Amino acid sequence: MTATEPMRLGIIGAGKLGMTVARLAIDAGIEVVISGSGDVDRLAWTVRLLAPGVRAATTAAVAESADVVVLALPFHRFHTLDRGLLDGRIVIDAMNYWEPVDGADRAPAGGDSSATVQQWFPKARVVKTLNQLGYHALKAAWVATERVAQGVAGDDPAARTTVMALLDRLGFDSVDAGPLAAGVNLVPGSPAFGAASDASTLSSLLRAGATGAGSTAAIWPDRSLS
Amino acid sequence: MSEVTSSMELGIDNFVSEVVDPNTGTVYPAPERMKQFLTEVLTADRAGVDSFGVGEHHHQYFLDSAPVVILAAAAAVTERIRLRSAVTVLSADDPVRLFEQFATLDLISGGRAEMVLGRGSFTEAFPLFGLNVADYDSLFEEKLGLILQLREDVHPYWKGRHRPPLTGQGVFPRPAQAKLPMWIGVGGTPSSFVRAGVLGLPLMVGIIGGDPRKFRPLLDLYRKTGIQAGHDPATLQVGIHCFGFLGDSDQQAADDFWPGYERTMATVGRQRGLPAPRRARYDAETGKHGAFFIGNPETVAQKILDLELALGGFTRFTLQMTNSMMAPDTMLRSIELLGTEVKPRVLKARAGS
Ligand SMILES: NC(=O)c1ccc[n+]([C@@H]2O[C@H](COP(=O)([O-])OP(=O)(O)OC[C@H]3O[C@@H](n4cnc5c(N)ncnc54)[C@H](OP(=O)(O)O)[C@@H]3O)[C@@H](O)[C@H]2O)c1
Repeated sequence: MTATEPMRLGIIGAGKLGMTVARLAIDAGIEVVISGSGDVDRLAWTVRLLAPGVRAATTAAVAESADVVVLALPFHRFHTLDRGLLDGRIVIDAMNYWEPVDGADRAPAGGDSSATVQQWFPKARVVKTLNQLGYHALKAAWVATERVAQGVAGDDPAARTTVMALLDRLGFDSVDAGPLAAGVNLVPGSPAFGAASDASTLSSLLRAGATGAGSTAAIWPDRSLS
Repeated sequence: MSEVTSSMELGIDNFVSEVVDPNTGTVYPAPERMKQFLTEVLTADRAGVDSFGVGEHHHQYFLDSAPVVILAAAAAVTERIRLRSAVTVLSADDPVRLFEQFATLDLISGGRAEMVLGRGSFTEAFPLFGLNVADYDSLFEEKLGLILQLREDVHPYWKGRHRPPLTGQGVFPRPAQAKLPMWIGVGGTPSSFVRAGVLGLPLMVGIIGGDPRKFRPLLDLYRKTGIQAGHDPATLQVGIHCFGFLGDSDQQAADDFWPGYERTMATVGRQRGLPAPRRARYDAETGKHGAFFIGNPETVAQKILDLELALGGFTRFTLQMTNSMMAPDTMLRSIELLGTEVKPRVLKARAGS
């Protein structure tokens, strides 16, 4: 994909993250279809007011029609999706496992949540990115003069390249973080997570993560409403 | 909707969490901390703060897993202040039991009880009560429907997935208020705003960071949905909830709140993808367009008034002052300033405009 080639972005999950990515994409001239957990008409009303130009659809229709599909639903929900739904698709796994939200029984082995996603969708070309920054920080990328970078991990080089080109159009630089298994350097608790920084700083944070610089544990979960 | 003729209520939504004594570095013992909290509510009542909410957490660093018990104790020592949950994790509780408890609280307090119902973004209570995180949405949807019915219907008939049916048994006591106030507590998920609009319920919005003016589109979504669903615009009330703290000067308030904030956010913020706790970021949040209402009474009052205009109006504004490292006197001073200094300024400016 080149910067000017038309593409259709699919987003599953119309929450804080999904709607923010949808707005970024529509502003970049990318066609967007999005699905949520409920009624399509209600979602259509929501996007008409919040992200005009985005199309609401069923999850099946999103998977069917999009070139790249972003998973932006809670981690504890993705396994409710049909395992063959994303066969052959480039899939951006933007989800994070976070125990206070997703529950201890959903903890991915070795903290590698994208491996769990890849196992669930064996024929999808999974790329991990867009998970590292809070949606406020993503929104800030709209107006920022200095570009913020996203780490990108995935096993399929062509998929990775496509995703990096997409990120570029959304207004982000990207740093190649390597194969999908290296996505553990992008998860909560890793040095790169939540670091709104430029590409070279992010690269060194990724290296710090790979060499095992510490992860953290919550001591005082801040109450946030949802 | 920008006319500012409606009322404006100023409140506090605190937690009973573990707090470290900044002078000794040790944690206040639980019984002492509970007393401190009740003193916070009492101080707010005397200072003229309109309402006080207590959070609900089922977690080792918190003492507020049974918020209605705490609110009942607060009701017994206060006179005017309205008392609420902030928020009740409805998905993990039985609506009948909850209604009974809040109706009782309403009687104890002489009609000062309120509920804020939320999906709750943390699921720590789920395994505790044998619930499945996968049922998160359907639990909330169903229980919300039931508790709204209980408010209207003394002898409800009801059937659902997550609780045995009700076959006309009475639910007692009935509250002192004819209609126990029930708000919906939301974060930034658009469908939550739509749900509250469809039901025509007042909306409490928690804003934990970033420029709060960015919530305008979501509030418009709520209002337009409510109007389209046929609700009277006057019933579509909005409340805003943010971090806040008051001191005699901007500098002092910021310096008092920072150490505990840093302590908390050093671990949690990074995990949630929020910016790391840097003082510069914090200072930006306490600035003109940030989400933290921290400063002297003049600064905070003006910031509230500015935000009210930017968001197309709201009728309630509450501050979350709880901080994991703070001396009780500093907290009480902040509470007092909200009632005695901020509130008169806000009311005066609104009356004059
Ligand atoms: N919030 C952030 O800043 C951020 C940043 C980076 C990564 N993430 C990750 O992104 C994921 C979503 O987080 P969020 O904050 O956006 O959560 P959110 O606001 O709660 O939104 C989740 C959305 O997913 C939808 N959903 C749930 N089950 C679904 C299903 N089976 N099919 C389709 N849609 C479904 C929900 O739809 P309804 O609204 O219709 O129920 C909801 O809109 C999480 O894994 C999180 O860790 C979040």
